[in-house]
Amino acid sequence: MARMKFLCDAERCIECNACVTACKNEHEVPWGINRRRLVTLNDGKPGERSISMACMHCNDPPCAAVCPVDCFLQTADGVVLHSKDLCIGCGYCFYACPFGAPQYPRTTDFGSRGKMDKCTFCAGGPEPDGSVEEYQKYGANRLAEGKLPLCAEMCSTRALMGGDGAVLADIYQERSLRRGYGSGAPGWSTAYGRNDRGSPFAPGGPGTGGA
Amino acid sequence: MRPTRLPLHALLLIALLAVQSLAASTFAQAQLTQVPGQNSPTTKEQVPLYVPQDDKLIGRVSIPDEKLAVLVQPEGREWREWRTHTLRLAIAGLAIGMTAVLAIFFLYRGTIRIHGGKSGRLVLRFNGLDRFAHWTTAVSFLLMALTGVILTFGRPLLIPLIGHQAFTPLAEYAKSIHNFVSVPFVVGLLMIMGLWLRDNIPEKADWTWIRTAGGLFSKAGGQHPEAGRFNAGQKLVFWSIVLGGIGMAATGYLMMVPFAVSGIGGMQIMHVIHGLLAAGLIAAVIGHIYIGTIGMEGAFDAMGCGEVDENWAMEHHRRWYQEQLRKGYVEGRQPAE
Repeated sequence: MARMKFLCDAERCIECNACVTACKNEHEVPWGINRRRLVTLNDGKPGERSISMACMHCNDPPCAAVCPVDCFLQTADGVVLHSKDLCIGCGYCFYACPFGAPQYPRTTDFGSRGKMDKCTFCAGGPEPDGSVEEYQKYGANRLAEGKLPLCAEMCSTRALMGGDGAVLADIYQERSLRRGYGSGAPGWSTAYGRNDRGSPFAPGGPGTGGA
Repeated sequence: MRPTRLPLHALLLIALLAVQSLAASTFAQAQLTQVPGQNSPTTKEQVPLYVPQDDKLIGRVSIPDEKLAVLVQPEGREWREWRTHTLRLAIAGLAIGMTAVLAIFFLYRGTIRIHGGKSGRLVLRFNGLDRFAHWTTAVSFLLMALTGVILTFGRPLLIPLIGHQAFTPLAEYAKSIHNFVSVPFVVGLLMIMGLWLRDNIPEKADWTWIRTAGGLFSKAGGQHPEAGRFNAGQKLVFWSIVLGGIGMAATGYLMMVPFAVSGIGGMQIMHVIHGLLAAGLIAAVIGHIYIGTIGMEGAFDAMGCGEVDENWAMEHHRRWYQEQLRKGYVEGRQPAE
């Protein structure tokens, strides 16, 4: 089984925000919720790089570890999903997430921030695949239709890739070899490189297909 | 015939390209990672995928939510460790430790009796306002401690018992109670500060009390160092509640308005302070409840009905008792003129 990952090649990203727009449109994401965003490092300076960032669907998700109501689940593909029926909007997942992925509909309503929302790797939620409730709560479920995340599919420079981690790593290493340099895969060591005490999705683990 | 002369625009283009490549080369020099050189990979395996990221990566975003400019915050990992292990260890460890110490103390000393027995005459110790302030603070503190403990320990302890579907509404209510009950807590805190701060200023007699541990360990009883309205132990509880409570309220309210004054790093630190103070205060309050109930005969009356037995007052707060006597507040006794 494939271990689904995101990889953003900072050498290729041209900060066009197509991934952000595609995501917002595909899932009808409300204003103020940023499932995916573009961060520019060293903006206007030599060495400027832009990186498209969303939930990286970590091996050992910190959000799931700190959740007081245990609302997260990880699919067989390694995609990290959560149940909006169980979420109490406490905001702890944002404290723990290294990437700032969890989003909340309200800044504050005396401590109640509404149900958390985040990137689902276009895989919906715990509801039945393709159901109306699933779409209303989590957006489209492209994975169930055999399609990859729209952000990555939309990327004009193929900077952002989403799919089987082993294939992504191979493509990225191949292209870095050809151009003679790489800038690392931002977030990979944080999301997938952690020694996570026997997770099948750890590098080289059985859930990753050897990636 | 000479080769075809290059048209003017081609010459211009070549010149432009030359200038541009010169500029590009100096520009690329600065962009070290982009230059294929000696460090260029020769095999695919040499291309690094897992570049260790130990520092915060902050860039710029073009969306209004500026906190999302933080690309990677590795500190989340430490906070996770705190939230999933250290916090639970601190709260449970201190609470259980305190209970164990008190249980051992109870076996050793039992309920501390009034040495001279009950006299039957009563002295007003806390009036209605005093008691209202105390119980407002106490009830709201206990509610917040209980709901906080539910949110901290519910996942390992309650979810296996009642299931996810039942725990979520419980946690939801716990969170709301925790947030809203903070208001009466702060009101109570301000009241007890206004009412008792004056009598809780440390004085010389407190040193004697601390040196003799308040006579707690003299099994014979009746070895009470002289004390005014509050002894050093009570002052310690007062200042713990007041200072700890202010700290908890401040960090709590700041967490209720996320990102109002700090980024995610500040929020993590506030949560740690909130948790450590909670652990300390819960342990302190367990001790306070013990000595106010089963730990000492006649102590609960002070906050229960507000009046204490004369002998209790004489034994525990002689200086305060004499003052009350002088003012004529002791039932059935005339002030000594």
